Amino acid sequence: MIFVEPRAVTRWYHEWLAVLVALILTLLTASVLLAAIGLDPLSSLHRIFIKPLNSVYGISELLAKATPLITIGVALALGFRAGVWNIGAEGQLVMGGLCGGAVALAFWGVDGFWVMPLVLLGGTIGGLFWGAIPAFLKVRFNANEILVSLMLTYVAILLLSVMVHGPLRDPDGFNFPESRLFHDAATLPKLFSAGRGHLGFVFAIAFAIVGTWVVKRWHLGFEMRVTGLSASAAKFAGYSRDRTVWMALLMGGAISGFAGVVEVTGNIGQLVPTISPSYGFTAIIVAFLARLHPLAVIPAGLLVALSYLAGEAAQLSLGVPAASTQVFQGLLLFFLLGTSLFVNYRVRLGQVA
Amino acid sequence: MDYSLLSSILHAILVASTPLVFAGLGALIQERAGVLNLGIEGLMIVGALAGFATALAGYPLLFSVIAAAFAGASLAAIFALLVLRLYANPVATGLALTLFGLGLSALAGAQYVGQAAPQVSVWTIPLLSQLPVVGHALFSHDPLVYLSILMAALIWWFLKKTRAGLILRAVGENHTSAHSLGFSVMGIRFLAIAAGGALAGIGGSYLTLVQTPLFVEGMTAGRGWIALALVVFASWRPFRVIAGAYLFGSVTILQLHSQAFGISIPAQWLSMLPYLVTIVALVMISARGDKGVAAPGSLGKIFRVSR
Repeated sequence: MIFVEPRAVTRWYHEWLAVLVALILTLLTASVLLAAIGLDPLSSLHRIFIKPLNSVYGISELLAKATPLITIGVALALGFRAGVWNIGAEGQLVMGGLCGGAVALAFWGVDGFWVMPLVLLGGTIGGLFWGAIPAFLKVRFNANEILVSLMLTYVAILLLSVMVHGPLRDPDGFNFPESRLFHDAATLPKLFSAGRGHLGFVFAIAFAIVGTWVVKRWHLGFEMRVTGLSASAAKFAGYSRDRTVWMALLMGGAISGFAGVVEVTGNIGQLVPTISPSYGFTAIIVAFLARLHPLAVIPAGLLVALSYLAGEAAQLSLGVPAASTQVFQGLLLFFLLGTSLFVNYRVRLGQVA
Repeated sequence: MDYSLLSSILHAILVASTPLVFAGLGALIQERAGVLNLGIEGLMIVGALAGFATALAGYPLLFSVIAAAFAGASLAAIFALLVLRLYANPVATGLALTLFGLGLSALAGAQYVGQAAPQVSVWTIPLLSQLPVVGHALFSHDPLVYLSILMAALIWWFLKKTRAGLILRAVGENHTSAHSLGFSVMGIRFLAIAAGGALAGIGGSYLTLVQTPLFVEGMTAGRGWIALALVVFASWRPFRVIAGAYLFGSVTILQLHSQAFGISIPAQWLSMLPYLVTIVALVMISARGDKGVAAPGSLGKIFRVSR
């Protein structure tokens, strides 16, 4: 008889061993799938995962894709630790991009060092507001934050579409649903001569460091962790559940909004109907891959960003739809979740005691 | 008023709503057993592809639907394994299921893009279909529309009138008590997840077999998420799922016809309505906290037998 029992001692490396096993299992399963559609697994994997990184351009693209993933991943890692399920980071990102982009367009043609901070602030407030709605409805009416934040994601995407088709459309753009290109004063500088990597990546790293500090050193971080681990213990200690809900969703909203405005000002350079290939949802995988440690979100974000590049490479060099990258992302999350049991439990053979 | 337009709009609403009825019922049966499965979207699209591939291979509708149900149930079994046996977080696992399903269907479905499924025959109900206005709109459909309503009735009867349904609800309300009474929480939840996966798969297959009838990657376009919202909107009652699905379907169709009615606001505002209505419904249900309409007590909680 096989059964699991709690480990008497858990060691820090058990967590990362589980992550490593999950990665290996994902690659193995991906190889099987590639072989099943008649491709040579090893050379295909090399072509989609290694080759895109062989140039400054490739690295720059990787950093551009990792920027929103790391930024949002940090916020979600903190929120998930508190047991608050903000699934609507995608919507908060879109609102951030929309509001920040609107500020950038309002100050179009204006030069000044203060334009960029104002644009970033606008985006952050947009995301904050979008995160505040599920927080308010949860605290006041006990409405499930998963469903509310998810529904609001679709509303945000539609709102962006209305705005880009109407009020924010480029007046000289032949009725294309696009805004004007942002003025230089409202554009984040690029990091390299090639590719789209931009200053936002530096912000993302800063968020990860601050996030680690919040979790480890701030009392607030401790409070949120306790609430997530045991609601009754938190209540006994006098911690307010409502405050945790507010904090997690306001922080998640603000940071996702910031990621959105950074994406439009750093990467895209204008408002378009679709500003994110589901970064807000994929950041959930990033948070889990990092096992909810803010600092580990950096490598996790880079790895998941690589899966986006791999999808594009797969489309170009293997003739496989780019959406197949979601198979990889889904498998990775399956294996991460499956192996996490073995961090705190061990498998034993023999009679149940 | 032009009755033929009204009749064709009503007809279109039923067609637009049927995938949501199946998927909503699939989510409902899982949630009544205490399982929150955010992977409905992934289950639907895999069912859509399986049903479509079977129909293209020349098999009759019944086989296509069975294939879709089987595909949905198999994929749901992965979710069940992770959530029930490996105690994985259900929210994240459901999300992984959605991603995996969308990716897998895009990968495997690339070869089917651009082909069309054979026409599904219409079952016209004698006499009733002769009624003015509503006759054609309600009683001249493909068999799956009737099946969706039959399914709702069946699930209502199962949950309300059978012993097995009572046990399933007990597991959903309080898994610890159900376990101490000697019921297999894991076994019952596994069956609920498999059944829910099958229903979601059938819902997806309706898109490729009847509604479009084509396969395009990502064609479920968020219907799986709407199905989840629908269950809350319906306060976990099968017949209210039908009502909710038809409401959602009406908004979708009205938005297509809004210009015909002389409504000049951008279509996106109308498209937001279902999501906003769901939030309002969710707030009203949660705020009242009545016994009758509340969520199953153990919904989304991990069940672990302690030794």
